[in-house]
Amino acid sequence: MNSSQLFGITTLAYLLSSAFYLALFVFKNRKLGSVASLLAIAGVLVQTVALGLRWYESYQIGIGHAPLTNMYESLVFFAWCTTLFYLFMEFRFKARVVGAFVMPFAFVAMAYASFAKGINQEISPLIPALQSNWLIAHVITCFIGYGAFAAAGGLGLMYLLKKRANNRNLSAETLTGSLPELRVIDDLIYKTIVFGFMWLSAGIITGAVWANEAWGTYWSWDPKETWSIITWFVYASTLHARFTRGWSGTRIAWLAIIGFIAVFFTYFGVNFLLSGLHSYGAS
Amino acid sequence: MTKKKKNPVWAFFASVKLALFLLFVLAGTSIIGTVVPQNEPAQFYVQQYGASTAAFMQRLGVPDMYNSWWFLGLLALFCLNLIVCSLERIPQAWRLVTRDNLATPVDRLRKMGIRKEVLLKHPLAEAEKEVASHLASHGWKTGRRAVDGGTLLFAQKGAWTRFGVYIVHTSILVILLGAIIGSPTVARKILRSPNFAFKGSVMIPESREADYVWAFQTHEKINLGFTIRCDYFTIEYYANGMPKTYLSKVTILEDGKPVILKDGKTTHYLKVNKPLTYKGVTFYQASYQPYPDFIVTLKNETTGATRTSIIPAGKQINWPDIGASFGIINRETLGEVVRRVKIWFTDNKDKPSRFWIETGREAIIERPSGNFSLMTKQLYATGLQVTKDPGVWFVYVGCGMMLLGLLVAFFMSHRKVWAFLHEEKEGETVVLLAGSANKNKLGFEKRFASLVGSLQR
Repeated sequence: MNSSQLFGITTLAYLLSSAFYLALFVFKNRKLGSVASLLAIAGVLVQTVALGLRWYESYQIGIGHAPLTNMYESLVFFAWCTTLFYLFMEFRFKARVVGAFVMPFAFVAMAYASFAKGINQEISPLIPALQSNWLIAHVITCFIGYGAFAAAGGLGLMYLLKKRANNRNLSAETLTGSLPELRVIDDLIYKTIVFGFMWLSAGIITGAVWANEAWGTYWSWDPKETWSIITWFVYASTLHARFTRGWSGTRIAWLAIIGFIAVFFTYFGVNFLLSGLHSYGAS
Repeated sequence: MTKKKKNPVWAFFASVKLALFLLFVLAGTSIIGTVVPQNEPAQFYVQQYGASTAAFMQRLGVPDMYNSWWFLGLLALFCLNLIVCSLERIPQAWRLVTRDNLATPVDRLRKMGIRKEVLLKHPLAEAEKEVASHLASHGWKTGRRAVDGGTLLFAQKGAWTRFGVYIVHTSILVILLGAIIGSPTVARKILRSPNFAFKGSVMIPESREADYVWAFQTHEKINLGFTIRCDYFTIEYYANGMPKTYLSKVTILEDGKPVILKDGKTTHYLKVNKPLTYKGVTFYQASYQPYPDFIVTLKNETTGATRTSIIPAGKQINWPDIGASFGIINRETLGEVVRRVKIWFTDNKDKPSRFWIETGREAIIERPSGNFSLMTKQLYATGLQVTKDPGVWFVYVGCGMMLLGLLVAFFMSHRKVWAFLHEEKEGETVVLLAGSANKNKLGFEKRFASLVGSLQR
């Protein structure tokens, strides 16, 4: 068994889990939900082992670094964070059907990492700039934030779907009937954004400290940095709109989606469309 | 609320609408600089966007937009908004924190969402003691006041958390203050002291020293006030040819004498991610420059005579004191980096030898007159980025404050508990408990229920 086989199993588990969550959403059969949860838990456990194994493998070939250093590893880690965050949310708030809107993100990240062209899956040695203990702190804080924002975006979508169905006066028996009440989704979106904002702030700060150690500048308006602060601005305004202007419901749901688009661009778009210090996406 | 009319300018800057507007505008305009490459020469923009668009961009400062007047203006406006907004709201928070909660009318307690009535079979005085000590055992230190018809007890936790959001606001100002203190532009134009804060670079060939750096952008020469010497520079590679380490061995000199640094040594190994700070000036391994010259060390193993010198390639070198002549007659390079050199060598006895050796490794040459040990190393200059940023600690303190403030603002709440006791019959006291929390109401409700539950038992 090597780590890439285990990552393959993880991808399959996330695919099946997503399918069962979607089935739960459509058919509203509780058993389907239990299977979906079990698959997600199994997937995340296998993935945890795989991450540890990949870390170990890197030492065996004499490179030795945490598996957080290129696009492949970051996508895998994103899927891990998103699933862990989602499972925590499911456990804490007992809103199982939310998985239909979150687990697909984890599956797509894993599938894209494994099958997309131009994504190098090899364990490669670290260039001097990445040889720092800040690497782990920076990547972990950022990705916990990304995972939370992915969940918030999924919840936002869910809110809008439910709202539309409600507006058309469709009965509870229809498709969106299995979704939690609007009030509950709204509260979850808010809580998720707060959690993600905390970690995004920590991610930006650890990045700044690291940049100052490596380059002597804590902020250089590099595209990745700039997009992270744009994302921060979007969520900061969302929180202010909610706290001081009493925004909720549809408007916050839209902001959760817009915020996730900004996250997606920070994480992905910058690497492929713009140039800068964080060009790990090119490899 | 104050009754006097607010100054409209003040009201404008105190509005959250302005804050939301500024956050959106800052987010939106920041995108420009990620799409249009920054700080390129003027010609670049003409080629890329055409003459008229380029001229328009230059006028708006787009090529350096994060330092343009309008972007800095937006940031300044944002700060002003932040300050006025906070000043406007801190007194309200202060009033909430210092409010006399024992003055709360009992009727209001009866209408609170979280409340519960408990009957204690004790006279008032005894019941009061029991409730107060029960609350105290759960960390609620009560105050008391005799009110109409009974006694009111009150306790609160986390009142100060109402200031969490202002810790966050202040942290942003502290960070920006740090950025201003550490700004080379401010040091140059306002303080008229470029030495106060600067960013620059310097190339130092091995065995040479420098007591100055060249500032970025202005290309001014800035004197350090001390000297740094590059003892050597080397690159280590992974097996696959990727660079593993860029390493400079440096020494700090004051009045020509090596300075003992904090770690008790006079030399320091500079690597990427391992900078060196001396007198507030930090040196970072940033780049390197290979030269066509070589540092050669030759030792006559028989006589023990040794000599080290920098020599060019393709030239015959005669060192009679070592008893040998040699030259570098060919090179094998990877980019500008020389991996192997071909040596021509003679001790003036028998035919000269010709052979390849790896750079940076010692080679033993067997000759009729005895053995020689030869080491060649390509000459490099190390490229150091040099920064003096007296504001960086403000930035770090600000960052710490921000995380702390966010934690307080989002995850800690101001919780209050009241207990109104009155004796209904002789020896029986009715306790009305009520509570409120400004955040996480659900969590508080559970805590409140268990607090009341354990009192009943």
